[in-house]
Amino acid sequence: MRGAVAPAAVVWGVRGAAVLLTLAGLGHTLWNGLVEPGTALAFGALIACGELARRDTRDARHARGPRDARAGDPRDPWGTRDPAAAAPGAADDRQPAPLASAGALAYALLGPDAAEPTHHGVLQIVTVVVAAALAGIVPHIARGRAPAADHLARRVLTVAFAAVCFQPLYNSGRLEDGIGQGPYLVLFLLLLLGLTALCDAVLAAALARARTGWPYGPLLRDELRAQLGIGSAICATGVVMALGVAVAGLWALPVFCPPLLLTQLSFHRITAIRTTYRQTITSLARATEIAGYTRPGHSRRVAALSCAVGRELGLSERELTVLEYAALMHDIGQLSLVDPVRAGATAGLPAAEARRIAALGGEVARQTGVPAEVAVIVERQADPYREQPVLARIVRAVNAYEDLLGGPRHPGGPLAALEQLRLGTGRDYQPEVVECLARVLARGGRDRVVPVPPG
Amino acid sequence: MRGLPPAGLPCPVWAVVFCAVLAALACTAPAFADSRTPWPAVALLAVLYLGCELVRICPLPGKRVPEGIGSFFPVLLAAVFLLPPAAAALVALPGGFAQAVVRRPAGVRRVWHAAQQALAAGAAGWTFGLLGGAAPPGSAPVPFAELPHFPYALLPAVAAAAAFCCVLTGLDAGVLAAAERRPLRTAWRGPLGRSLAPHCVHGLAGLMMAVLWRSPYGLPAALLVLLPMYISCWVFARYHRERAAHQATIRALVQAVELKDRYTRGHGERVGQASAMIARELGMDGDRLEVVRIAGILHDVGKLGVPTRLLRKDGPLTPQERRIIELHPEYGHEMVRGIGFLGEARSAILHHHERVDGSGYPYGLTGEQIPVPARVVAVADAFDAMTSTRSYSRARPVPVALAELERCAGAHFDPVMVRALVEAIGRDGWHPVVTADEDELQVIPAGPAPGRAAAPAAAAPDPGGPALSGLPAQGARTRVRTAEPPKGPEPDGGGGT
Repeated sequence: MRGAVAPAAVVWGVRGAAVLLTLAGLGHTLWNGLVEPGTALAFGALIACGELARRDTRDARHARGPRDARAGDPRDPWGTRDPAAAAPGAADDRQPAPLASAGALAYALLGPDAAEPTHHGVLQIVTVVVAAALAGIVPHIARGRAPAADHLARRVLTVAFAAVCFQPLYNSGRLEDGIGQGPYLVLFLLLLLGLTALCDAVLAAALARARTGWPYGPLLRDELRAQLGIGSAICATGVVMALGVAVAGLWALPVFCPPLLLTQLSFHRITAIRTTYRQTITSLARATEIAGYTRPGHSRRVAALSCAVGRELGLSERELTVLEYAALMHDIGQLSLVDPVRAGATAGLPAAEARRIAALGGEVARQTGVPAEVAVIVERQADPYREQPVLARIVRAVNAYEDLLGGPRHPGGPLAALEQLRLGTGRDYQPEVVECLARVLARGGRDRVVPVPPG
Repeated sequence: MRGLPPAGLPCPVWAVVFCAVLAALACTAPAFADSRTPWPAVALLAVLYLGCELVRICPLPGKRVPEGIGSFFPVLLAAVFLLPPAAAALVALPGGFAQAVVRRPAGVRRVWHAAQQALAAGAAGWTFGLLGGAAPPGSAPVPFAELPHFPYALLPAVAAAAAFCCVLTGLDAGVLAAAERRPLRTAWRGPLGRSLAPHCVHGLAGLMMAVLWRSPYGLPAALLVLLPMYISCWVFARYHRERAAHQATIRALVQAVELKDRYTRGHGERVGQASAMIARELGMDGDRLEVVRIAGILHDVGKLGVPTRLLRKDGPLTPQERRIIELHPEYGHEMVRGIGFLGEARSAILHHHERVDGSGYPYGLTGEQIPVPARVVAVADAFDAMTSTRSYSRARPVPVALAELERCAGAHFDPVMVRALVEAIGRDGWHPVVTADEDELQVIPAGPAPGRAAAPAAAAPDPGGPALSGLPAQGARTRVRTAEPPKGPEPDGGGGT
């Protein structure tokens, strides 16, 4: 694995920095006592409530049974990804407690409280945020669902960053002199939070890279995209709360909780429905197996291996989802056949027949409510690679590999199958995809390719 | 917002719309007479509200139109808190006009929306002022009225949002009552209960916006309030989209079955519908009802595992072929095993061919051993099999089918489920989901219980014979308490189930 040592160092560096900051904050606060305890208590309560309201997506998986829990193991080294585990539920995964994040940011950016100046420093902010978050997490731990420590470490670091940028300026009075309390302050805060969000994304991507070993670029891109959605809502809420408290006092906090809470609720429901959706698509994919058109587990293996290849090629999360659905459904067209193809291996069929089946599959896929690209990929999976969309090339190559590997006519094993694919790179399979597949296989070995069935 | 009926507006509707427009005009008129109306603020807020509505209509770059977002009222409510009532009503007009209208006639609907929102904003502003939200008119400083301090400001703000919601839903209910002659009270209560909480959330956001607008931070800070609200709405809309996609996938599963077995077109949907009717009658609700409905839709999904040749075969099946077809509940169960949320309803797919007397398949369970969802789906399945045309029999009238079900209750079916179906159809009627090329579906309007009404007629026809040939689950096993087996093709072949 490329740079296998560095990522672990990143994780420990992040955690270590967070712990050090917390200890420093704790020591400082214990020594000097809390400045403005009422304000600290109010923000602490808000953060603790936000943490209480969190519902880790991993909980849902645990609740559904141990098999799923294994499938969703984040330590799965290189993205054999169980179809129902990773990708797009990630919005919920990334910011499991948006209200707590927003509250922490608001405390970091708090200037005056109801027009009275405040004096809490960076270290007190860190202490309050950590203490409140821990208080909110305790019930989760009591129920045996301890959330990931990395989220907390990330929050501590980003909040400390925002506080370091703002509080010294405010407390020294230089902010007042330079910008004053007016519209420009709003713009300044927005700029600051933009920077904070950027730092957060960089950190999150580094942590994700360390955890999964996936390439850094696409991870960062996905993190940044997530910052645009829920991240911007969190930042805006943080600013509004800080300004609201400055104008109207602490009453502004409860008044502005509901939107984020509702967003959080919607995210939970989206995650739940997505899990169900994946399970349903997997069931649909399994129909061909039960009908005897394809070998058991074929579509799931193709999906897992396609996603691994797509990950290696640096696709974004959305593209990976599309790829996964398309790979799961790639054989669905065979349901329209009156008699099964021998051993379900479409790779061995004449091109015209394979294309006809692919077109039938596209028809079925169109009815399933998946994104339109999925149907296009299913439809074009049998075309020569130069005429295909990129994702269809992956499905085609991986499907052919799977067919060659499992077919009774090809007893040669992975190497022989890959050799066969390389022979077809002139027309049928894209050479880059085949090489990528070879790399993925070389790294993981065949046993890793078989995902645990979801649900 | 969905108040108006599809087309061909009847006279009372015109009257209601006309009255609403007149009232809205009367409500906004004082703003023109009052010399202290803060016109720049009114224009700014009106443009802002219009912008919010347009953002909802126009697709985001590269994204689809966020559907089902609902209305976006924080700006309007902020105007209510900042301006005199008449001016606030004025702010509502452009946004109301621009609101997305799905059904025709669009023009009337737009006018209606504008008038409705102007009235609601006026009423909310009046409530806000009455509760001391706004300073007395004499001392109101231009451009904005003074806002009270927290936490006292919360009371008038929430009351104003509630008044806004009441007027909106009340006007909708009024026009619904005029169009469909529904009692006003029932038309009002449901929507009011559903929308009160969201409106209060919008009210709080509007209050926050008003407070920040009046603060030294001004407009930029107020605009920031809109971002989380907008994202919240957007995420909510996305949830609805994902849910629709999931429903479509379930339908696709069923359509895949129908691809193989042409005679069962629409069967899954209708069985799901009938199962839901029975389940509701039994007092199930919420998730449980939904699960039973989906189990009904999916009950035959295992037919995907049966060779197409067998499903399409005309003529009698050999015992061996029949055994293969009877595997379909187990295939189906194997397929949906992974769909977590179906839960206990998965058993409905495995056991929907069991009979109460133990003569069904695959396991020959009896009575209480059969899970409740399976008993529900069995009755719904039999009902739809009898009332739609199959390769081996023509559709029978709904009352005859119900009478037939009642006759077989206790032997094949659980009498409780049969009674529930008879009562549900008696009360609500039977309105099967119409699919594209289905021409002979029977629609039975609500009315006196058809089962009872038809009982004398149903008692008369010859027992067994053709009257039974549409029943599902008539496998090779012995039939208990029914007359001699039907002649002609066995029902279980082509698409008996």
